Amino acid sequence: MIGTIASQAAGRLYAAVMNLPERPMRWAQGHLPDGRLGWLFVGPNLAIFAVFTFLPIIVDFYYAGTGGTNLLPTERPWVGLENFASLLACKDYFEPNSCVRDQFWYAIWNTVKFVALQVALMLAFSLVTALVLNRKIIGRGFFRAAFFYPVLLSPVVVALIWKWVLQRDGVLNAAFVGAGLQPVEWLLSARSAFGWTVFVSIWAHMGFYTLILLAGLQAIPADIYEAAAMDAAPPLRVFRRITLPLLMPSVLVVLVLGLIRAVQIFDEVYVLTGGGPGSATTYLVEFIYNTGFSAQVRQYGLAAAASLLLAGVLLVLTLIQLRGMRAKGSSRG
Amino acid sequence: MSRIDGSLALQDVVKRFGNTEVVHGVSFDVADGEFVVFVGPSGCGKSTLLRMICGLESVTEGEVRIGGERVNDLPAARRGLALVFQSYALYPHMSVYQNMAFGLENLGMPKTEIQARVGEAARMLRLEEYLQRKPTALSGGQRQRVAIGRAIVREPRIFLFDEPLSNLDAELRVGMRAELVDLHRRLGTTMIYVTHDQVEAMTMADKIVVLRAGRVEQVGLPLELYNNPCNRFVAGFIGSPRMNFLEGRVVDGVIELPGLGVVRTRARLPAGGTPISIGIRPEHIHAGHQADNNLTGAVAGVEQLGGLSYVRLAGPDITIQIPGQTRLAAGAATPIHFPAGAIHVFDADGLTLPRQTP
Amino acid sequence: MDRLARLLTATRGRGRMDWTDWASYLYLVLGTLLMLGPVVWLALSSLKSPSGLIEFPPTLLPQEQVRVAVPTYPAPLPLYRITEGDHAGQTLAEVRKIGLQATMVDPAAPETPIRVPIDARTKVMRLHAAWDNYGDLLQKFDFGRYLWNSVFITTVATLITLLLNSMAAFALSKYRFAGRDPVFLLMLATLMIPPTIILVPNYLIAAVLGLTDNPWGVIWPAVATPTGVFLLRQYMLTLPDDLLEAARMDNASEWRIYWRIVLPLSKPALAVLAIFSVMWRWNEFLWPMVVLGRSESFTLPLALNSFQGELTTQWNYLLAMTVVTLVPVTVIFALLQRHITQGIASAGVK
Repeated sequence: MIGTIASQAAGRLYAAVMNLPERPMRWAQGHLPDGRLGWLFVGPNLAIFAVFTFLPIIVDFYYAGTGGTNLLPTERPWVGLENFASLLACKDYFEPNSCVRDQFWYAIWNTVKFVALQVALMLAFSLVTALVLNRKIIGRGFFRAAFFYPVLLSPVVVALIWKWVLQRDGVLNAAFVGAGLQPVEWLLSARSAFGWTVFVSIWAHMGFYTLILLAGLQAIPADIYEAAAMDAAPPLRVFRRITLPLLMPSVLVVLVLGLIRAVQIFDEVYVLTGGGPGSATTYLVEFIYNTGFSAQVRQYGLAAAASLLLAGVLLVLTLIQLRGMRAKGSSRG
Repeated sequence: MSRIDGSLALQDVVKRFGNTEVVHGVSFDVADGEFVVFVGPSGCGKSTLLRMICGLESVTEGEVRIGGERVNDLPAARRGLALVFQSYALYPHMSVYQNMAFGLENLGMPKTEIQARVGEAARMLRLEEYLQRKPTALSGGQRQRVAIGRAIVREPRIFLFDEPLSNLDAELRVGMRAELVDLHRRLGTTMIYVTHDQVEAMTMADKIVVLRAGRVEQVGLPLELYNNPCNRFVAGFIGSPRMNFLEGRVVDGVIELPGLGVVRTRARLPAGGTPISIGIRPEHIHAGHQADNNLTGAVAGVEQLGGLSYVRLAGPDITIQIPGQTRLAAGAATPIHFPAGAIHVFDADGLTLPRQTP
Repeated sequence: MDRLARLLTATRGRGRMDWTDWASYLYLVLGTLLMLGPVVWLALSSLKSPSGLIEFPPTLLPQEQVRVAVPTYPAPLPLYRITEGDHAGQTLAEVRKIGLQATMVDPAAPETPIRVPIDARTKVMRLHAAWDNYGDLLQKFDFGRYLWNSVFITTVATLITLLLNSMAAFALSKYRFAGRDPVFLLMLATLMIPPTIILVPNYLIAAVLGLTDNPWGVIWPAVATPTGVFLLRQYMLTLPDDLLEAARMDNASEWRIYWRIVLPLSKPALAVLAIFSVMWRWNEFLWPMVVLGRSESFTLPLALNSFQGELTTQWNYLLAMTVVTLVPVTVIFALLQRHITQGIASAGVK
């Protein structure tokens, strides 16, 4: 009863609000030449794109070419390629201490290590999980939901959950003590903090990739497997010759999406470790954030230059993805 | 009720999509209150023509006039027409009532008037019980009636139907045909009906427009098209089963049909030696010999329908319709007779040769 | 190797469970524990009192020490069970503790003090949920404001997203107009521009437009999602054009066709986008952190972050706040699990 009244009221409200543009739109329809009306519908969305996406890209280039700490573009001295030059000035690229911007190079190498490890492990775990979930399993919906649930959590929440588990008096150390081991300060040693950032980001995101792979597996027609069974193909052969090749497009999507996301890792790690200990878990986006926003001296130009370098990497990855998707499209016929 | 003029005239109407011309200069007139059927095979441009009349498609060249007034540049809603779509295009999220009322609401009509009109249409179409249902909860025939109801409530000058029965099963289709004819008689409004089914055209139309490849082949009364098709296409398209066509040559004032013999016709024949074709409907061929035009054919197959029978002859293929049942069986030879008055003669371009004036 | 492959390929254990089935279930159960366990642990911990939180090793369920009122003592006394010595097995209340010895009394006979070494006794615990952790959030902190900021931003941004994206998708899917395809490609291209890259200039633009420290500074840059336009356009392409033409014949204006016909019929896609948008805005972190400087305009994730960064972290409140932040997402997921997973699988976006 209350439900129907509420839905009626909602319907009235919807109609009242949506009726407001009726007169101007009708007028425009009558007075605009054929086909211009489409622009009126696209316009608002496009305008916001223009202000908050297209314009910033242009401004990004300007910032990257200017120095100083003032936010206003008119107050910023033009320095040309100096920002890029200082970012890239290095005696030995493998030794960040020898670079002018050592933090940048620490961030780069941390990110490279992180991406390689995180993407490889996440792909492996997602694939195994998807394959297991694709079996006839009782409660499959529940298990799928359980693996997916962390994807929806706020990165801050994810970080706090694990911070709570990993703290010195946390449940993990309790288990260690229970097993007769010494408690460990998980987030205070460089190696283990790095390891946990990899683990936590896999924990938080693998459900998403599992879902994509599962969809790919379920798109493989069952009659192919039946035909293989009629041919008495051994399971390993079925997996290698049928499942894997047919799943390859999805694997590629996962790989590239995972790469693009991993390169941009920030939120969880920022809350979990704050980039530390030292700069052991400072990744690229955190470097940009620190340089442009959290440091005492806000070096917008340097941050913008680093953003553009990151954009270059992402562009390459996206192009790879597009080619992969084209391959996927053609393989589906 | 004083009605507004529902006549329609097309003059040299051309439609081009980009560089492709799909309708090539079509002209004809429809008088107020007429039931006109556009018929032709798929891709003949009949639906495009209909959409140009509605205003859903622009007219590239030529003129469309409704009630004597040029409407080329008038938007669809302002032409005073109603269209029943092949897919019905009922709004799936609205009830039957809302479907019919939507157009009237858009005109800003008062609620009481809307209720009265929808109620009247629902009564006429026996939809009163279903007014609160969603279209998905209706049968095909009911959906069809809702689509018609949505057209009726607007009291249009002209009703347009785009293959409205093609989604119904055969039995329902026969019933709906009669209902539509009945509706036309009661409303007296001009109706234009597009179909690829010549049976629908023959049974419903006051006037038929036969279209092929974007051109008008012939306009006329149904029986006129049956009796005097102006070319081989119309002859083959109208009538079921299809007219038999035989290739031949003019020899000494008669037509020689290779492998069969010679037949006499009433057509004015061209000079000897000219290749020519004849057409004769299965129902006009007699089994058994008479005075002349007697031929013999080999039976290739027989279809017994009980009330009538079809006998297929081989080499050349001829279908004969025999009233009642037959003892003929495959392999037998049978004598047949072509009545001279039932033979249509076509020249090499497929045009019908005129008859000799007696 | 072949056996391993069977584990990964078999789609049906015919009748009896074979070892591959057992292995699958083991994997899934362990995985589920790993995925949900920490969240459950966090939720349970959030109900512990500050003293319960510093227990080591921690208890699974929130507990507190039992206290009893003893005659002649003004405040209730904590209860202990004696494990060794003369009084082993008795339950005594502690009066005071001096060094390694405690003075205790039997609540039934409070006149006689009993001295017990402190390592010869254990606390008597009972289950107790410290709901105060949640109640205090509203009183001691500006939690109501953070919650309101998050709710406001999420709701308003989602409504605007649905409106603007569906308008654009309608034009891109149902109209032919000069420039339509370039516009669509341009929007698709923005899918590939991650917000992290335009952080600096976006901050400038927000500052110029006066949007810093303002919820609209989070809302406006986020509402024109390319994902939403793409999702809705693909859905609207499947709506038959006949319906639109029927509405045109029915004298409906183009705007009316949009909101009376196309929008109601796009409900499934709108629902998916609404869920996505709620998740995005509710969980968003980096951009709000940049654009919202003052703590009064913080959203929940920002409040959580700044709260956990303080020197003396009050974990009991922080945990409660974290739970409040994850509850809405969890409820939405529990109710719409199928829609969300299917929507994501089909759109391939997050």
